[in-house]
Amino acid sequence: MASTRDRVEHLGESVGLADAELIEMYRLVALARAVDERMWILNRAGRIPFVISGQGHEGAQVAIAWPLRKHHDWIAPFYRSIATCLTFGMTARDILTAQYATATDPSSGGRQMPGHYGSHEHNLVSVSSPVATQLLHAVGIALAAKIRKTGQVAMTIMGEGSSNQGDVHEGLNFAAIHKLPFVFVVENNGYAISVPMARQVAGSSVWERAAGYGIPGIAVDGADVLACYHAAKVAVERARAGEGPTLIEARVMRLTAHSSDDQQTKYRSEEELAAEKERDPLPRFREQLRGAGILTEEVEVRLSLEIQAAVDDATAYAEAQPDPDPTTAMDWVFAERWPSEEPPPWGFGTLGGHAPEHEG
Amino acid sequence: MPARTFIEAIRETIADEMRRDESIIVLGEDVGKKGGVFLATDGLWSEFGDERVIDTPLTESMIIGTSIGAAVNGLRPVAEIQFADFIHPAFNQMVSEAARMRYRSNNGYSVPMTVRAPYGGGVHGALYHSQSIEAFYTHVPGIKVVVPSTPYDARGLLRSSIRDDDPVLYLEHKKMYRSVRGDVPETDYTVPLGKARISHPGTQMTVIAYGLMAHYALEAADAVAEEGISVEVVDLRTLRPLDKETLLDSVRKTGKCLIVYEDNRFGGYGAEIAAIVAEEAFDYLDGPVTRIAGPDVPGVPYNHVLEDWFMVNPEKIADAIRKLAAY
Repeated sequence: MASTRDRVEHLGESVGLADAELIEMYRLVALARAVDERMWILNRAGRIPFVISGQGHEGAQVAIAWPLRKHHDWIAPFYRSIATCLTFGMTARDILTAQYATATDPSSGGRQMPGHYGSHEHNLVSVSSPVATQLLHAVGIALAAKIRKTGQVAMTIMGEGSSNQGDVHEGLNFAAIHKLPFVFVVENNGYAISVPMARQVAGSSVWERAAGYGIPGIAVDGADVLACYHAAKVAVERARAGEGPTLIEARVMRLTAHSSDDQQTKYRSEEELAAEKERDPLPRFREQLRGAGILTEEVEVRLSLEIQAAVDDATAYAEAQPDPDPTTAMDWVFAERWPSEEPPPWGFGTLGGHAPEHEG
Repeated sequence: MPARTFIEAIRETIADEMRRDESIIVLGEDVGKKGGVFLATDGLWSEFGDERVIDTPLTESMIIGTSIGAAVNGLRPVAEIQFADFIHPAFNQMVSEAARMRYRSNNGYSVPMTVRAPYGGGVHGALYHSQSIEAFYTHVPGIKVVVPSTPYDARGLLRSSIRDDDPVLYLEHKKMYRSVRGDVPETDYTVPLGKARISHPGTQMTVIAYGLMAHYALEAADAVAEEGISVEVVDLRTLRPLDKETLLDSVRKTGKCLIVYEDNRFGGYGAEIAAIVAEEAFDYLDGPVTRIAGPDVPGVPYNHVLEDWFMVNPEKIADAIRKLAAY
């Protein structure tokens, strides 16, 4: 397992990152955390009904998306991919409008639950709730890239719980047969909601399964941003060179409950949660950059203010955005409207509907 | 105008479309060198090569899921499910993903994918090579379901399906592959999706059918015509989006409606047609909306006596017509 924990004179040099890139990566990790924390506050304040979180995953997410080319390569993300989406071009406003399910939410126009991000503009495939289905979409994107000779790389990301699904086997097998430009990332946080690794992943790792497909499998400390970046860079270069897929398992942590509807102390001990917090990638990356003299006090203060302002702005913006208009509820079932696909007897009114809870 | 078998019309149309549009690929089990177990893709591999005609592993969910991704990134996949019976592992990809992609992304994404699948019984295929699967998918908003019955329509509807910007499930009755012939113009015509066809005009009863049953309905209509019963046959061609106008106009004219489908009767596609007719043409009806459909057993049994018992045929349809006509 690669490690860059030691202080080095020029931190980014070992993996080919300029200081400015490291600062931007840190900004994205910190922004994702701040957006995420705001989501929980809004949930507890009764403003948004549901939160699903990426806290503990952010370092790996930013680092692994970093080697991809925006607006060219593709990512099929999952519901914890807040930092991934921010890295690939979505904004704090985009994430917050999804929490409020506003008409202007670019992921779905308020149709999907929070966490189901997506953006055609940014080559982020729309997320659904059945897990691991997106792996096949990324494999198909990679297939199209190969056939069309676009030079694109497709990446998919999911948790280790999802990685047990049959679609994963079907897709890895096909991607390996055809040496597709594909990278499979497993953010292993040790839990499939409440079920620990030992009860859901035989052999205690996902990366070793790569051997069955004859592709490289890499395990990386998901709290080590530079190690994650390096692993992803190698995988992306390999994919782009036509050498086929790579499986990266990043051992991350879940610093929150599975979702706002979950109470994780029911199945995780206080000691375990405290130990996880010690591995938090955000303070670790911050210390690393401070130690290398890259994150000066001046830069840190500026970023902190910027992030605070961005989260406040996104919250105020999302709060002010309109709900979707019910008359649009039948739009985009198909490309065109069909006369036989009719609205219900109550038309587009919400007769007898109750006011949203957050307005109560 | 050259005559073609049903499967020749399909094969030639795929080839024509692939020549016209290089973004079209074909993928499925044995579709390459072998040309498909029914030979629907015969010759494509030698003309278009490995990259555009892809033999997949035995992985139906992958065939559909990968087609979705390829469609998202600029291709128009034409996927073959070897037998419609084997599409069930891909149900999640069809229903949760392909059908919902456009709606859930508020038109950010679309899935221009055609899934071809041979369906239907009467070919000694037993439980797992005879199923009718249309009801599972017509239930789902976001998927277009097409069932041609003639070589002319097979060609025109397949062109429309491949060129369509939404996922289309294109069902081919395997008994018709070589038993049905018809004229197919060599022009670039299309048959629009969502349009039914009156295949036999009549005045006393409307018989609504699709696929193989559209042929059997015609045979039944001819048989009862000799007895003085005038039947109008509506061949739906596209099951969803449904051409309600054509079928309701016909029922309002004739006053009686018999719906024919090969699938299990209970909860089958014809049940929806019956509900629509009952709700929207009630004032015009002179008899109960009636269905003749496959028996409610878990599959078509293999032994020929049992299979004959299962299959709806022209005689059974004619019998149902006579009963409804006498009402």
